[in-house]
Amino acid sequence: MTAPLRYAYYPGCSLHSTAREYDTSTRAVARALGLSLEEVPDWTCCGASSAHVTDPFLGFALPARTLAQASDMGLDLVAPCAACYGRLVAARAEAGRHPDFVKRFERATGRRPAFSGRILNVIELFAEPAVAATLKERVKRPLEGLKVAPYYGCLLVRPPKVTGFDDPERPVAMDRLLESLGATPVDFAFKTECCGASLGISRKELVVELAGRILRAAKRAGAEAVAVVCPLCHTNLDGRQEAAAASHGEPLGLPVYYVTELVGLALGLEPAALGLGKHLTDALGLLRQKKLA
Amino acid sequence: MPSQKSPLRVVGEQGRGNLLREVAALASLQVGACYQCGKCSGGCPLAYAMDYQPRQVMRLLQCGLVEEALRSRTIWVCATCFTCTARCPRDIDIAGVMDALRVIALRRGVRPADKNIDVFHRSFLGSVRCLGRSYELGLLAAYKLGTLRLTEDVPLGLKMLAKGKLALLPGPARGRGEVQAIFREADLGAGATTTHADGDTGRGGGQP
Repeated sequence: MTAPLRYAYYPGCSLHSTAREYDTSTRAVARALGLSLEEVPDWTCCGASSAHVTDPFLGFALPARTLAQASDMGLDLVAPCAACYGRLVAARAEAGRHPDFVKRFERATGRRPAFSGRILNVIELFAEPAVAATLKERVKRPLEGLKVAPYYGCLLVRPPKVTGFDDPERPVAMDRLLESLGATPVDFAFKTECCGASLGISRKELVVELAGRILRAAKRAGAEAVAVVCPLCHTNLDGRQEAAAASHGEPLGLPVYYVTELVGLALGLEPAALGLGKHLTDALGLLRQKKLA
Repeated sequence: MPSQKSPLRVVGEQGRGNLLREVAALASLQVGACYQCGKCSGGCPLAYAMDYQPRQVMRLLQCGLVEEALRSRTIWVCATCFTCTARCPRDIDIAGVMDALRVIALRRGVRPADKNIDVFHRSFLGSVRCLGRSYELGLLAAYKLGTLRLTEDVPLGLKMLAKGKLALLPGPARGRGEVQAIFREADLGAGATTTHADGDTGRGGGQP
């Protein structure tokens, strides 16, 4: 037995509420892969997507607090939520550009907002050489015949100078991950189009329109399901799907899976252990039809 | 349209210059670099819901019409997806400009062109300021009271509750004292978070 790979883990607020199944499936998959995810102690909100539009110091300092906490752990940091990931990498970049923010942060909290480890999104975690090798070994139930549109959304790939992840226009990292699970990634033109994020509450009709465009493009490209890495994308594509289908006058019926749920299924974990019953657009029917659940 | 009295006090060229410098300082950019190619507007997923296209906002700033930009709906509808920033051939952080314009509009008390979006941000930050983490039911309640859109999305909310996707009770973070100290340091003024959920009573803070 080798020692488990250890990572600091920042679930963020959504993974404790609207995206509970993202947290459940991430932890279940980590266990199955022998990874140790250690929750950042006393973590607090990263402020997405309201702090940086209100005050630049606030936008920096809220995620910086998590970086300071994680720094004490001496581990690389995994943030599955794309919005949290985006704010964490932005805060690290801003610390270099705004020495005055750093000073004010230290004055307010008594902590240093320095973090020298790597900040990993969930796709990067599965691409870690040791993790990818274990995953390859342990796929028990390949997702054969499952056509999935990989929807990256905004904050993994943009701004490209800050996240430095994959290609901002045509990313392929999630496509590769899906292939390693035995699924068929479906190329479509809306991989990185915005779903409207938190406008889902304040301007619902805009999100119904944007979510509908994304889902329709996925369906027309031949996808049977969509894979996501962001709780807000999930809420908008899963929760607003019925409204989007009605508004676009086109039946959709596309289950929207967190990518960790698909990894878990391929590892042979049961749907209930991954939280698949929590979706608002049925996520189980397709799996039964494909004999994957 | 009812006439809207502006709280902005911008006097002459000098005042406009100051506003422009404020935008530039916040967004670390030179709007003069924009050559109006329109790539930002072509790729913007929300351009159809804006009064000024992102390219036009850049042009307003170039012409010194900052007040017009601060009063635009565009700066509120922008979802900060960074498509414009990623594609700008002049390397301007256009989404960062939108952020800066919102920040200045709030600081100067310009009435937001989209009230609901503004109330959402306040409700969200009110919850974070009080608890250290966001608490969806609390923020939704604050949002509904702030916008009086009481019945909207109730069926969706009930479905999410039934699926256990909304916590009934808030789970305050132990680190909230530090979060409150961060909010005090940010000095947002009275209006930037909703008051209902503002539990900032001056306790906490990392260090004395």
